[in-house]
Amino acid sequence: MEGSVAYENDLNLKATELRLGLPGTDEREEQPVRNNKRPLQEADEKCGANGKSDNETAPPAKAQIVGWPPIRSYRKNSFQPKKSESEGPGIYVKVSMDGAPYLRKIDLKVYTGYPELLQALENMFKFTIGEYSEREGYKGSDYVPTYEDKDGDWMLVGDVPWEMFITSCKRLRIMKGSEAKGLGCGV
Amino acid sequence: MESSELKGGKDSQISDELSELRMESSELKKAKDSPISDESNRRSSFPDEVLERVISLLNSHRDRSSVSLVCKDWYNMERWSRTHIFIGNCYSVSPEIVARRFPKIRSLTLKGKPRFSDFNLVPQNWGADVHAWLVVFAAKYPFLEELRLKRMTISDASLEFLALSFPNFKALSLLSCDGFSTNGLAAIATHCKNLTELDIHENDIDDKGGGWLSCFPESFTSLEVLNFANMTSDINFDALERLISRCKSVRVLKVNRSISLEQLQRLLANAPQLTELGTGSFTQELAQRQYEELESAFNNCKNIHTLSGLWEVKGLYLPALYPVSTHLTFLNLSYAVLQSDELAKLLVHCPQLRRLWVLDTVEDKGLEAVGSNCPLLEELRVFPADPFDEEIVHGVTEAGFVAVSYGCPRLHYVLYFCRQMTNAAVATVVQNCPDFTHFRLCIMTPGQPDYLTNEPMDEAFGAVVKTCTKLQRLSVSGYLTDLTFEYIGTYAKNLETLSVAFAGSSDWGMQCVLGGCPKLRKLEIRDCPFGNAALLSGLEKYESMRSLWMSACNVTMNGCRLLAREMPRLNVEVMKEEGSDDDGRADKVYVYRSIAGQRRDAPSSVLTL
Repeated sequence: MEGSVAYENDLNLKATELRLGLPGTDEREEQPVRNNKRPLQEADEKCGANGKSDNETAPPAKAQIVGWPPIRSYRKNSFQPKKSESEGPGIYVKVSMDGAPYLRKIDLKVYTGYPELLQALENMFKFTIGEYSEREGYKGSDYVPTYEDKDGDWMLVGDVPWEMFITSCKRLRIMKGSEAKGLGCGV
Repeated sequence: MESSELKGGKDSQISDELSELRMESSELKKAKDSPISDESNRRSSFPDEVLERVISLLNSHRDRSSVSLVCKDWYNMERWSRTHIFIGNCYSVSPEIVARRFPKIRSLTLKGKPRFSDFNLVPQNWGADVHAWLVVFAAKYPFLEELRLKRMTISDASLEFLALSFPNFKALSLLSCDGFSTNGLAAIATHCKNLTELDIHENDIDDKGGGWLSCFPESFTSLEVLNFANMTSDINFDALERLISRCKSVRVLKVNRSISLEQLQRLLANAPQLTELGTGSFTQELAQRQYEELESAFNNCKNIHTLSGLWEVKGLYLPALYPVSTHLTFLNLSYAVLQSDELAKLLVHCPQLRRLWVLDTVEDKGLEAVGSNCPLLEELRVFPADPFDEEIVHGVTEAGFVAVSYGCPRLHYVLYFCRQMTNAAVATVVQNCPDFTHFRLCIMTPGQPDYLTNEPMDEAFGAVVKTCTKLQRLSVSGYLTDLTFEYIGTYAKNLETLSVAFAGSSDWGMQCVLGGCPKLRKLEIRDCPFGNAALLSGLEKYESMRSLWMSACNVTMNGCRLLAREMPRLNVEVMKEEGSDDDGRADKVYVYRSIAGQRRDAPSSVLTL
């Protein structure tokens, strides 16, 4: 049954276990969620020490009990907590790549920083971007990611803080070859 | 004859289609054979016309069930005058039986799957398909006007069939249903010329786009109720605006989050007569003039008593609602992420509130504001914003619950999700509010004790059932021993629905409930140490109940087989988990009474014993 996975992560199901003996006499050696705060560092230590699933054994995915808490799925799906500061629609910009037959569009809001964005671009156009350094730009590849900013200038992706970048970026262009070398060599 | 019929119906005189229908055959047999029938006719001193008139005024299906048990005359008069039928379990009876008994049905309410299907505990293809009902009803009730379904499966083909088969069709309400897409809604909009109500609420719908709304013809003007709040796609706003402006009788309008504030203002300008409003997204960069227009639109809506929606609400814009807040009786903020001060500011303007639904982001401070500002409050529901996140210190505690109870003595319905609770707090709450009819407390970590004393939460629920004598519905949670169930069995004499999860110590707990709660109709249990002895102790009880659900308990296949063998009028269904060992455990058991026999549409994962 699907609930069995949950037994391994402590949810105090011992309390409902069938045992011999009078009710109320069993010792409850585990105190799950006594405090609301879970010190994750502690959990890691404990896990190392005796392997018991006292607190969470590992930070990632807690095994959720199916259907618990009893919240209806439409309520889970349609509710979006106000986690990010930015509201409103996404920031869609065109992305062109030298030599590619057509452009793409991406939503910059979806990414949390440059590494994620560059990874996405690499996946989208099937190429590799070089190593970024402030001094020398992107080394190690024929491709250089650039963007047009509010002033109409073509800038190297990665120079300004992320938040400033997504608000000033109007379009992206992945330059290739000799033109790229001009930018990439750190002007 | 009469008295023996009444005695036979003693355990079902309240509600209950089943016993009525059982009565049918025995009644008719006796009526045919008995020479006393003439006498009983004479004993009925009302002329038929008077009796008919009186009975036709009865609306409650429970009253009508009682009336039909009195004698044959009353039974017949009742069946000829009944226009609305309520069927709490679609498998308890067949459409043919219904059609045979009631010739003049115009409105049908049908409920299908067990409630735990809302939490993904029931396989997708379990059943409760409405089509067979529609086919019979198309033949027998071509004048059908209303269909209300809850937890049923309905396909697009069925929706189209419905739209084409019933020329007088007026009201469709689908709650927690599945199996259909927006194409089905398009069929309804296209063909139902007399539609007054379209209420599509919280369904698992395949949303293929908002084009369905544009299918209402330009000549269509009869709409009174439109609810598409939980649908996700954008709809054509122009079509909606035109629809609302030409349907002068619209009183309930609940839009989805694709509708912006500016669009909302235009809708309100066209429908100041609204009584219930569900807004769309309550966040948009509004210029001062736009904001004023919105406020003015709300100001013109003098009749709004129910307000919901408010997705992505910006606290800044809540004051636009103040003109309607003063006469609000039901405020549903369960999609609005509000902090405590934002809620407090709003509630100052809501003195008439009877029902309030909020997210636990308002925290205890927000609930204090509820207690201070809403003395007439009767119902409170607090939903968790992050139910699966155990790391975060958020939400409401026992303090908020107690604060509300001090300020709202008329509270009789509560649904409260929290991460900590104490026995003392619950005892205080019910002392302040002894009139609870519905008490649903969900301490979100299973098996969690009183966090201050570390004791079981037995005394909390003991206090509830001892103090709240009118209690009809109870959901328990936290670390509970059999003592909780002893209390329930001893004191909860009006209890009809009980939900139990991760609780109890032994079979004795469940036995107490089955033995002690005379009005119990629905019992749903998951992850409890109740086994065959408990299951079988309710052998005779289950026929007076609508249904029993037990999952992840200690019941075995043999126990279920025994139950099925002893009680042929019960359907005992076992749902097997995919790939689980055939070790004799019955993973999920669903038991319900039926006069329609075993159902023939069960999927392979459901065994009927």
